Amino acid sequence: MKPAEYYQRDRLWQPLAHVPNYKTSVARSPRQALLSLQGSMSEITGPVFGHDDIAPLDNDLVKNYAKSGDPVGERIIVHGRVLDENGRAVPNTLVEIWQANAGGRYRHKKDSYLAPIDPNFGGCGRTLTDENGYYFFRTVKPGAYPWRNWVNNWRPAHIHVSVFGAAFAQRLITQMYFEGDPLIAKCPIVQTLPDPKAVEQLIALLDMNAAIPLDSLAYKFDIVLRGRRSTLFENRLEGN
Amino acid sequence: MSQALNYLKETPSQTAGPYVHIGLAPGAAGFQIFDKELGWDIAGPDAPGTRIRVKGVVRDGTGAPVKDVLIEAWQADANGIYPHPEDPRHAQVAPGFRGWGRVITDFDTGVWGFDTIKPGPVMGRNGRAMAPHINLWIVARGINIGLNTRMYFEDEDNSADPVINLIEQAHRRETLLARKVSAGHYLFDICLQGDGETVFMDI
Ligand SMILES: [Fe+3]
Repeated sequence: MKPAEYYQRDRLWQPLAHVPNYKTSVARSPRQALLSLQGSMSEITGPVFGHDDIAPLDNDLVKNYAKSGDPVGERIIVHGRVLDENGRAVPNTLVEIWQANAGGRYRHKKDSYLAPIDPNFGGCGRTLTDENGYYFFRTVKPGAYPWRNWVNNWRPAHIHVSVFGAAFAQRLITQMYFEGDPLIAKCPIVQTLPDPKAVEQLIALLDMNAAIPLDSLAYKFDIVLRGRRSTLFENRLEGN
Repeated sequence: MSQALNYLKETPSQTAGPYVHIGLAPGAAGFQIFDKELGWDIAGPDAPGTRIRVKGVVRDGTGAPVKDVLIEAWQADANGIYPHPEDPRHAQVAPGFRGWGRVITDFDTGVWGFDTIKPGPVMGRNGRAMAPHINLWIVARGINIGLNTRMYFEDEDNSADPVINLIEQAHRRETLLARKVSAGHYLFDICLQGDGETVFMDI
């Protein structure tokens, strides 16, 4: 494929920067307008990862930090495809996740929530999508946890997800939520999304076809990165 | 009825939150899990070019350092080549040059820093060269969608750079310039909001 630009981000679909109901965003949101750039070599390229970068167990959060046994919690598979807006698979791209344990506690020196650390759970994993853009993780379902925003705010159960794509312009971090969680609708971070349809895109559905009987439930979470034009008519980039 | 366009929508972003280190820099979160953490070596030991160290602080709208930020850097090698198949010269990229790194801030001071080589000029649109720059992507608690910016160097000729010249208010252009503090040492503070707010980009 010849160098071509990525579709512009839909800023009415993506979260706003300044959302007073999510207090931390108040002082951390730019007040000036973003400078809009057309894609150059700096935006349409990005880091490339390979199997040398990761280890085979990295996508198995049930086993990758186990010390004396398996972690506590509901065993789940999280799986799906990384696609672009054209519906094309994004192969061989790095997907990284992190999450709280089943009690809602993170293994992080700054997390002091009273739920206990699980000695057998690290809470992070990573994998590369295959040639069809497919990925999967095995983990335990994270617990909800309280956080200091308004005094009684709780985060819905969620898994943080980081994806690279093929270009720096596609770089994305998001959070995956779980079907049926009543805390989703109450969450100020979820509410940074201006469009309720966008919220739905972050809710993974229970996927009994991918569940492993007598072992693990499954949730399906497809991730969509920015698509790109296939044709350049003018303003050609140098070098193609 | 008309036809349907049938494009998918980009997955919406959500904040990286305060515990981004668990996933992207678990050593900083306080535990060892992976054989190899990614992003700690941008240039590799063998790439030719001027070795530099870049340091800085990210400040919020009150002027306080942001102590839980994570920054990713993406840059070309000393000849302006990106290690990516769509760079037409990528076969000549410097040996061992990755071009990508991630850094986190010190939890107490908010200072971040990385070692790399100074990038060369990169080809831009319509054959207009872009001055040497490092592309940065900034995520943290309170940042709902990652912020893109570029770091240029005050000791390079940036006068013809097509991106810097897009900035309408001339005084804001200097927010993209790293200050040279001594040979090979640069300082680049990022201001999320307020006086001296860094120019962020929709790329
Ligand atoms: Fe979280």
